[in-house]
Amino acid sequence: MAERILDVKNLKIDFHTYAGEVKAIRDVSFHLDKGETLAIVGESGSGKSVTTRALMGLLANNAEIKGGSIMFHDQDLLKKTEKEMQNIRGKDIAMIFQDPMTSLDPTMKIGMQIAEPLIKHKKIEKKKALAQALEIMKLVGIKDAEERINNYPHQFSGGQRQRIVIAIALVCYPEILIADEPTTALDVTIQAQILDLMKELQEKIETSIIFITHDLGVVAGMADRVAVMYAGEILEYGTVDEIFYNPQHPYTWGLLNSMPTLDSEELESIPGTPPDLLDPPKGDPFAPRNPYAMKIDAEEKPPYFQVSETHYAATWLLAPGAPAVTPPPEIQRRYKLYAEMMEQQKIGK
Amino acid sequence: MRKYLLKRIFYMILTLFLVATLTFFLMKLMPGTPFTNQQKMTAEQIQIVNEQYGLNKPIWQQYLLYLAGMVHGDFGTSFQFSNQPVSYLIASRIGASAQLGVQAMIFGVFFGIIIGSVAAINRNTWIDTTATVLSIIGKSVPNFVLAVLLQYYIALKLGWLPVADWNGFVYTILPTIALGVGPLAETSRFVRTGMVDVLNSDYIELARAKGLSKFGIVYHHALRNSLIPLVTLIGPYTVALMTGSMVIENIFSIPGIGEQFVKSITTNDYPTIMGVTMLFSTGLVLVILLTDIIYGIIDPRIRLTGGSGE
Repeated sequence: MAERILDVKNLKIDFHTYAGEVKAIRDVSFHLDKGETLAIVGESGSGKSVTTRALMGLLANNAEIKGGSIMFHDQDLLKKTEKEMQNIRGKDIAMIFQDPMTSLDPTMKIGMQIAEPLIKHKKIEKKKALAQALEIMKLVGIKDAEERINNYPHQFSGGQRQRIVIAIALVCYPEILIADEPTTALDVTIQAQILDLMKELQEKIETSIIFITHDLGVVAGMADRVAVMYAGEILEYGTVDEIFYNPQHPYTWGLLNSMPTLDSEELESIPGTPPDLLDPPKGDPFAPRNPYAMKIDAEEKPPYFQVSETHYAATWLLAPGAPAVTPPPEIQRRYKLYAEMMEQQKIGK
Repeated sequence: MRKYLLKRIFYMILTLFLVATLTFFLMKLMPGTPFTNQQKMTAEQIQIVNEQYGLNKPIWQQYLLYLAGMVHGDFGTSFQFSNQPVSYLIASRIGASAQLGVQAMIFGVFFGIIIGSVAAINRNTWIDTTATVLSIIGKSVPNFVLAVLLQYYIALKLGWLPVADWNGFVYTILPTIALGVGPLAETSRFVRTGMVDVLNSDYIELARAKGLSKFGIVYHHALRNSLIPLVTLIGPYTVALMTGSMVIENIFSIPGIGEQFVKSITTNDYPTIMGVTMLFSTGLVLVILLTDIIYGIIDPRIRLTGGSGE
């Protein structure tokens, strides 16, 4: 079995606001193995970004961690002081941000921006750090790196800037790379290039990736495993095939159903809006928008039911004795494909 | 860069020409004459003096003569102090004013940046509130009130520093503080606002994600970016302070130019008015040019040379 490098258990985070306590993260658990890519999928406000900020120790001042643990190897990141976290950030856990147009310092040469983590963490002198920065610039595919190292961010295009942001994140060869919607702000053609680059570098640098996105299309090509987040909880998690072809939670069905296909005539959507986390629902948070909801969904929170060794879903539909429901046609189509895949795997063995 | 500079210098000269013209004619519109005791003078005497100073010629001729003199660096002779050339008058008095102005500006900007940054870093805490209140007081209390308070408590009561006069560095301390508190308050507000914006920006979050310390983030990333708008403020402010603060110079008996200037206006001392105005204007246009060049140095996005790859 792969080495487990990150284990998040029962994480709970509140935000103090003028309106009251927003329960942004409500009992989230997941893990990350060495070398794998975990995608956390969810719509805006589902808590995916907050979760990663907690991993980095970069939560806003009004956030309060109410419970849980984040074990990185054998140390709990939640028990670290700010000073200790500074030595982990950028060295062991690094992050790529959403908007490359604003995430670089406009008044600093990019060579120095890339070299900064090296100077801080590896305690090497500026000249050597800049030499290493040059190497990583070549690695992320910046042409004429020797000249470009002295340029400022405004002299680069959006795609190039994201390559530089990736270079900054990877310059210390971190064990975990958190990518928070790294392609959302980019053109579709550039998106594919950046994703390819990330996959390529993941192998070279042997890092694990936590990939935050709301774009399921991106997930399919990137991730090994997927966690579906909604209203501060993970509703379903499993391997990428299990989530895409054998989804069990009605929310996952809704998400997959809203993905446009070549045959779809109009775009499907999930009616309704996510619950207000100032006063989170007692039961399954998706129940009010769920056409398959049962009475118990509104009253009691479903536990995780095991679907396979790697696949869990929190829905009462999986409880013993639950009524059988017919998922949307698109999901049924996927089930069929999944059955074929399983069949082939058996033959393969 | 050279082309840019030449263009800018051309516009500077044009601006100065317009200022000279406008001031000249406005000045002539002022009521009164340069003579202090006109009633006692005979018409003959007045005519002699008018002739001596060229005041009997038509205005347009006076104007052309004045421009011609100015181009040669001759600002004429002061009416107030007989036979003292204006350039000499300015030269002998600008030193004290300039020194005081520069000192006040350095004092104000230096502490303003520190206080503004500290307030921004500790936003919405008592430190921030204190800094805000102090800046508002610093900005609202007129500097002559502050000057008198400083004289009374620090010089007179405590006897730490001389009350007035201009006789070496210790004499400059109190007027520097009195004059510098205004820019200090303004700078600290400016820096605070700018830095709060910058500290909320994505690249600061990226800097935090790199694992940089709080101080490192402020020093390497936040400061430079929040100081950019300050450059616009500092330039004209410096000129205004350097060309003399009449009130402060009066209170501390400083032989500066501010006092001279006001006197020259009340006495219709035309050459002095023109001389000081031109000095002030030249200083201002030079500082504006300098500001633009400094902008290019601290903000690579507006570099004038256009040496970028785009």
